[in-house]
Amino acid sequence: MKLVIGIVRPEKANDVLESLYRAEVRGVSMSRVQGHGGELERVETYRGTTVKMGLSEKVRFEVAVSEEFVQTTIDALCEGARTGEVGDGKIFVVPLERAVRIRTGETDQSAVTPVGA
Amino acid sequence: MIDSGDTAWVLIATALVIMMTPALGLFYAGLVRSKNTLNTFMMCIAALAVATVMWVVIGYSLAFDDGNGFIGGLGHVFLKDVAFEPRDGSTIPHLLFMAFQASFCILTVALVSGAVVERMRFAPFLVFAALWSVLVYAVLAHWVFGGGWLQEAGTLDFAGGVPVEMGSGFSALAAALVVRARKDYGRQALLPHNSVYVLLGAGLLWFGWFGFNGGSGLGAGESSVLAFTNTLLTPAATLVVWFALDLIRGRQVTAIGAATAIIVGCVGITPAAGFISPGWALALGAVAALPSYGVIVWRPRTRVDETLDVLAAHGVAGLTGILFIGFFAQESWNGVADGLFYGDAGQLAKQALAVAVTPAYAFLATFVILRVIGLVMPLRATEREESLGMDIVQHGEEAYATGEGAILVAHDGAAEDERAVAEPV
Repeated sequence: MKLVIGIVRPEKANDVLESLYRAEVRGVSMSRVQGHGGELERVETYRGTTVKMGLSEKVRFEVAVSEEFVQTTIDALCEGARTGEVGDGKIFVVPLERAVRIRTGETDQSAVTPVGA
Repeated sequence: MIDSGDTAWVLIATALVIMMTPALGLFYAGLVRSKNTLNTFMMCIAALAVATVMWVVIGYSLAFDDGNGFIGGLGHVFLKDVAFEPRDGSTIPHLLFMAFQASFCILTVALVSGAVVERMRFAPFLVFAALWSVLVYAVLAHWVFGGGWLQEAGTLDFAGGVPVEMGSGFSALAAALVVRARKDYGRQALLPHNSVYVLLGAGLLWFGWFGFNGGSGLGAGESSVLAFTNTLLTPAATLVVWFALDLIRGRQVTAIGAATAIIVGCVGITPAAGFISPGWALALGAVAALPSYGVIVWRPRTRVDETLDVLAAHGVAGLTGILFIGFFAQESWNGVADGLFYGDAGQLAKQALAVAVTPAYAFLATFVILRVIGLVMPLRATEREESLGMDIVQHGEEAYATGEGAILVAHDGAAEDERAVAEPV
């Protein structure tokens, strides 16, 4: 089991959800985060105060998957999130020690397999 | 002869109508996605800027100076001969009359923006606002208020069913067709981001509408009192019927629906405010809800991204109100004319004339204006800009900036002066 973390542009979040859905990856969490990853800085001005926005809004997807779904998930994240410009985001894959489905008490492999799959 | 009571009321009414434009900004801003909040609001602020200047320069003259039946003359360009002396038959200073009418022009320009929010660039919108306020609003205002051919024909319009409501509604349809749909329209759910803004904006619009309709009697007399009261009654009836329609259709009364109902009711009574009895005003509120509700349910199923439903809320409701006068105007209340129901079928024909011609002119003129602007500059933002949001792309600001991680840029631009705001020295 792996936890696939994808940090993407907020304006691409819907495209990512769409491509994950098409790849039949179910069971996704997403959260709004702020981060900095070397993208060109955005300049904003408020009443004469000019600021560079050092942190950009990002959306963080977390998907817990079984081994055979890792590559599918990565491909779907890339397909949905890529624009080709700096700031498209990153994907991290980390090992997952345990998983439990709260409703049934199922663990590990069966816990990350979608209901009905 | 200037009457101080009349003047005092129209002064206040003018201020109330001016407030409606930022109120509309709030209403519209709540209906769009958060990344387009400022741009949407700014289109209304732009109307305050551009339409006011154009009105003073030439719009007022074309609307209210003597000319031919189609358009006014150039006698009041740059407010020439517009001072304290009242116009013929008026009891308020000419200058105040001009300011009151200006507030209508501003609001109407702002209304049209609802059709093109979330993708139209700001610069072409400014050009559009300038041209539209003169070529469409001033012309339509001349037709029904400035001695133009509809007024000569006997069409009744108390507070702007023709130039404001039908003018903006059918122009909005044309604008939506020329600028075309947002890139995500029909693919993703595009939801209002702040329903409280929408309700508050609608409430403030209603408040301002007491000046809009109540002031259109241009005094503090009986017709103003009737119009003022009807402005309370009609939207209330629309709300009740809208609640019922929501319940039948979705089993729940919705807040965005209620805000819409307030607008539809206010629009419906606008042309009829000083012409129908309070009882018929209640009936108009109920009747006006039906066609507008129908269009609002139907329109999103089409490919026409008339984003904030200006056509349904203003065009269709204004049309309903104009026709309603033809049926239920009552000389015992208005001292002017009876409708079909009170013995004069001719009045209905005069109202129908306005309903036939106004939408056609507004639609065609707006279509041409936007096509011409589109030849000179792109009307739309790029797809990438649209997904980033118009606030950052067009204005370099965000409505809900947190300031976290923002770095101050020193005025001389020296790199060593930069430091993170979140980490003060």
